Amino acid sequence: MTSVNQLVAVSLAYVAFLFAIAFFAERAAARGQGGWLRSPWVYTLSLSIYCTAWTFYGAVGYAARSGMEFVTIYLGPTLVMLGWWWILRKLVRIGRAQRATSIADLISARYGKSNLLAIVVTLMAVVGVTPYIALQLQSVTLSLGAFAGPSDTGALTNPASAFWVAGGLALFTVLFGTRKLDANERHSGVVMAIAVEAVVKLVALIAVGVFVVWGIAGGVQPMLAKIDASPIGTWQIDKSRWVALTALSAVAFLCLPRMFQVLVVENDDERHLQIAAWAFPVYLMLMSLFVVPIAVVGLDILPAGSNPDLFVLTIPLAEGRAGLAGLSFLGGFSSATSMVIVATLALATMVSNHVVMPVWLNAQGREGALVSGDVRNVVLLARRASILMILGLGYLYYRFSGGGAALAAIGLISFTGVAQFLPALLGGIFWRGASRWGALAGLIIGFVVWIYASLLPSFGPDAAMSARLLAEGPWGVGWLRPQALFGIEGLDPTVHAVVWSLTLNTFAFIIGSLVTFPTPLERLQGAQFVNVFELSGQPREWHAAMATSEDLMIMAQRILGADEARKLFREEADRQGIAGHLPEPSQAFLQRLERELAGSVGAATAHAMISQLVGGASVSVEDLMAVADESAQILEYSSQLEAKSAELTRTAGQLRTANDKLTALSVQKDAFLSQISHELRTPMTSIRSFSEILRDTEGMGQVEKTKYASIIHGEAIRLTRLLDDLLDLSVLENGQVNLNVETGRLEDVLEKAVITAQASGSGALAIKRRRLNEAVSLSTDLDRLAQVFINLMTNADKYCDAEHPQLDVSVENRDGAVCVVFFDNGTPIATSERDLIFEKFARIDGTPGAGAGLGLAICREIMTRLGGDIVLDPTQDGNRFVVILPAQAALAAQ
Amino acid sequence: MGKHVLLVEDETNIIEAIRFLLSREGWQVDTHSDGATAVEAVRAVQPDLLMLDYMLPGKSGMEILKELRADPAFTKMPILMLTARGQSRDRDEAERAGVSRFMTKPFSNVEVLTAVRDLVQLAR
Amino acid sequence: MKRPLPSSVFLERRSYRRRRMMDAVRLLPIFAALLFMLPLFWPTAPDTPEVPVSMSTAVIYVFLVWLMLICAAYGLWSILWSARPVDVPDPDDSDDGEVA
Repeated sequence: MTSVNQLVAVSLAYVAFLFAIAFFAERAAARGQGGWLRSPWVYTLSLSIYCTAWTFYGAVGYAARSGMEFVTIYLGPTLVMLGWWWILRKLVRIGRAQRATSIADLISARYGKSNLLAIVVTLMAVVGVTPYIALQLQSVTLSLGAFAGPSDTGALTNPASAFWVAGGLALFTVLFGTRKLDANERHSGVVMAIAVEAVVKLVALIAVGVFVVWGIAGGVQPMLAKIDASPIGTWQIDKSRWVALTALSAVAFLCLPRMFQVLVVENDDERHLQIAAWAFPVYLMLMSLFVVPIAVVGLDILPAGSNPDLFVLTIPLAEGRAGLAGLSFLGGFSSATSMVIVATLALATMVSNHVVMPVWLNAQGREGALVSGDVRNVVLLARRASILMILGLGYLYYRFSGGGAALAAIGLISFTGVAQFLPALLGGIFWRGASRWGALAGLIIGFVVWIYASLLPSFGPDAAMSARLLAEGPWGVGWLRPQALFGIEGLDPTVHAVVWSLTLNTFAFIIGSLVTFPTPLERLQGAQFVNVFELSGQPREWHAAMATSEDLMIMAQRILGADEARKLFREEADRQGIAGHLPEPSQAFLQRLERELAGSVGAATAHAMISQLVGGASVSVEDLMAVADESAQILEYSSQLEAKSAELTRTAGQLRTANDKLTALSVQKDAFLSQISHELRTPMTSIRSFSEILRDTEGMGQVEKTKYASIIHGEAIRLTRLLDDLLDLSVLENGQVNLNVETGRLEDVLEKAVITAQASGSGALAIKRRRLNEAVSLSTDLDRLAQVFINLMTNADKYCDAEHPQLDVSVENRDGAVCVVFFDNGTPIATSERDLIFEKFARIDGTPGAGAGLGLAICREIMTRLGGDIVLDPTQDGNRFVVILPAQAALAAQ
Repeated sequence: MGKHVLLVEDETNIIEAIRFLLSREGWQVDTHSDGATAVEAVRAVQPDLLMLDYMLPGKSGMEILKELRADPAFTKMPILMLTARGQSRDRDEAERAGVSRFMTKPFSNVEVLTAVRDLVQLAR
Repeated sequence: MKRPLPSSVFLERRSYRRRRMMDAVRLLPIFAALLFMLPLFWPTAPDTPEVPVSMSTAVIYVFLVWLMLICAAYGLWSILWSARPVDVPDPDDSDDGEVA
C-alpha cells in the first residue's frame, strides 16, 4: 500500500510542477510569447474549475445514493454553454467593455458604480463560497485518509493536514495571483496551471473509469448488466429535484465568482467562447461518463458501509492498483486546488477592491487620491491579506464544522447562495429598468431566505437552529418554518430553498426596480449594459476642466505603476497631438483612465478616485451619486442646451461679422473702382478736351497751342504716374514684391531722398536734418525705404501751407526701435482724418493737388513689407509722420 | 442776354478747357471750385445754366444738386452734371434728384456745347 | 442549373444561410433543455405498474443526447466559422447575432 508519506511527496512534486508551469507561463506572457497561453483550449480547460473535488469524488457518491440525479450538476452548465449566444456572449462582452474584475464589480458597475452593492455582493460571495472552500480542504484530507488505512485515519484526517493544504494553496495563490497588479486582471500563470490540472483530473477519472469497466466489469455489455442489477438499477428520480438542480447548476455556473473569473475576466478573445460552447460540454460529458459505472462497481465490490464519496480512490486501492489510486488522488487534489486557487483569487479581488480599498481611501481622507506613495503596494497587500483571510476562513469553517456529512451537502447550498446574484445580474444585462435599490432588495432578501431556509438548517437540528424552530417555526409561527415557508410542505429542502429564495429575490428585485427611480449614472450604465452590442460606449462624462493632468498622473502612477502610467499618458498625448508627456484631461482620456484604473481596483473605487480629482477633493462616491440625481441631470441637460445656444449665438455673430466684413469689402471695392475711375477719367477729360480743341480750332496762336499741348503732356504724365502707383500698390499688397535687402547707412538713404524730393519739388520747402543722429547702419531694402522718405518729403512740399514751409527730419529711438521723424510746420491734419490718410485715395478735403492719394498708402504697404510701420503722431502744431524702422534692420545697425 | 454759365469744378485743366469752349461761343463763364460754398455762389451768380462736377472738395455735386432742387427758386434751373466716377447708380440718383443732363467724363467738346445750348433753349 | 449563379445571389445565399444557422444556435439550448427534461415523463418505480426504465437505458439515453447536442453545437460552430465574412477580420465589430 502506498504510504501516506509517498503520497505527500508526490503531491509536493506535483505542486512544484504546477509552480514551474505557472512560472514559465507568466514569463512567456511577460515576454509576449504567450500566444499559446491564449488558445481557446486553455480557455475551455480553465472552465473546468467548475468541476471541484466535490464533483470529482462526490459525483460517484451522489450516484451511489441517488442514481442519475448527479448528472444534473453537469447538465446545467452544458445548457448554459450550448446557449452561449443568449447570456454568456453578452456577459463576456460587457465584462470586457467595462473591464470588470469580478462579479461584484460587474453588478456594482451596472447599478451606477455603487460600492454599497459591491460590498453586499462581496459579503454574500464570501459567505456562500467559504464553506465550499472548506469542502475542498476536507476532500483533500479525506482522500489522504483513504490511503492511510483504518488504523491511523484519525491522525490523518486531523486538521493539521488541512492546515498545510490551506497554507500551500495560499502561498500558490499569493505568488501567482498577486505578483503584479495587472490592468486587466488576467493571470496567465494561474490559468495555465489550472488548465494542466483540468487535464490531470480528467485523465485520472477516465483512467479509473476504464479500469472499472474493462478491468473489473469486463467490458461494456457486462457493465450495463451490472448497472441494471445494482441497487440503483432502476430509473428513480425526484422530478422537482431533477428540474431544480439542473436550473440551479446552470445559474451557479453563471454566478459563481470563480466561474465569472475564468469565463469573463480571464477571457482573451470572445471567439474562444464559441469554441468552448461545444468543447466544454465534451469535458463535462467525459467527466460524468464513468461516474455510474464506478458507483455501481464500488457498491458491488467494496464492503457495505464504505464511503461512496471515496470510491474513486478506494476501488483502485482495493484492487491493489496503487499507481492508479495515486493518479486518482492527484485528480482529486487537482480538482480541489484549482477550485480553491481561483475561488480565492476571485474573492480576494472582490474583498480588496470593494471592501479594503474604499475603507483605505476613506481613511486617507479628502486627499485620498493624491497622497504620495505607491497605491499598488496597498492594493497588492490588500489582495494578499484577502487571500489569507479567505483561506483562513475556509480552514476555520472546516475546523468548526467538524467535517463530515454536514459539509457534503454544502456544494448545493453554496450553489443556492451564489444563485442569488442571478436576478441582479440578468436583470442588469437585459432590463434597462433594473435599479440599484431593486438589486439591493433582491440580493438581501434572497440572501436572508437562503441563510434561513438553507444554510442554517443544513447544520442539522440543534446545531445552528433548534429542532423546535425547524419543526414549529419561530415563536410557533407555522408558516415561517425554515423548510416549509408559507406552509408549503413536502418539498425537498434544496428545491424549497432554491424556489423560495430565488422567487422572493426576483420579486423584490422587480418591485424595487419598478418603484424606485434610478440615478442618471445608473441609467447610463444600464443602457451601456443592455445595449452593449449597439453602443460602443460613452459612459458618464467628467467635467474634465477641473482635473489637472499632473494630479491624474500622480494618481495613475500609484495604481498602474510609474512606467505603465507614463506609457499610457504618452500614448494619449500622442493621440491628442500634444508634444510632451501630459495629455489634456479630455473626456475621452478620463474615461479611458477610469477604465484602466478599474482594471486594477474595480469600477466603483476607480470612479471614486477620479471623482476626487476631477470633481474637487471633497467628492466621495456618495457625493457623486447625490450630485448625479435627476435634477442634476436636468441641470446638465439645460446647461448643455445653454451651451449649444450660446454656441449658435456665437456662430451667428461670427456669420454676421463675416457678412459685415464682406459687405464692407464690397462697398470698399465699389468705392475703390469709383475712385480709380475718377482718377483715370479726370486727366483723360483734360487730354481729350484739349486735343479736340487743338484739332478743331482754326487759327490758334502758337502760344496757346504750346500751352494746351503742355497741359495734355502734364495730364498724360499724371496718368502714367497714377498707373505706376496703382501697379506698385497692387504688387505690394499682394506680397509679390521682392525685397532687395542691402546694407547701408541711414544718412545716405536720407541724403538720396532729400535730393530726389527737392529736384521734383517746388523748392519752397526747407528740410532740416540732424546728421549726427543719422549715423545708423541698416540692413533692409534701401530703395523702398528711400521711396517712403521721398514720398513724405514731397507730401510736405505739396501740402505744407505754412508761410515758410519747413520739414524737420530727425532720428529717434522709441521703445528700442529706430524711428525717423518727419515733422512739418503746416496745418495739422484734422483728428477725424488721421485714421484715413493711409487709406488708398485718401486726400484731405480742400487740398488741391495732383496726387491720387496713393502715396501714403504705398508708404504704409512698404513699411509693412519691410517689417516696420509708419504712423502719424498727434500734435498741436504741424504734422509728425514717424517711420518706424524694422527691428532687425535697427538691431543689425547697433 | 442770358448766356451765363456757372461752372463748379475743382480741376483747373478742365475749367480751362470748358471756359475756352464756351467763351468762344459767346457764353459768360463763371467758375467756382469749392463744393462747400457752391450753393451760395449759385445764389449770388444766378446763372442760366449750372455745370456741376460730381466730386468736389467740401460737398459733393449730388448734395449741391439736391439742395438746389429743394429751393423753389432753382427747381427750373438747367443743371448739367459731369462725373468721372462712371457708375450708373450715380446717374440714376442724379436723375431722381432732378438733374437736367448727366454727362460722363471724358466728354467730347461738341457734346458739351450741344448740351449747354439745348438746355438753355429748353429752359426758355 | 449549369450556369454559375451571379456572385451577388451567391453572397445573398451565404448570408441567408448564416442567419438560419444563427437561428439554430439560438434554438439549440431550448431543444437541449427539452431533451434533458424528457426523463421526467418516464415511469418511476413506485408510482406505476409499468416496467420501470432500467438504469442502463437512462445512462445511454442521457449520454447519447449529450453527444448529439455536442455534435450539433460543433457542426453549427464549424459551419459558421467557415462561413464567417472574410472581409471582417475583427470579430469584435460583428454585430448582433453574427458569428465571426
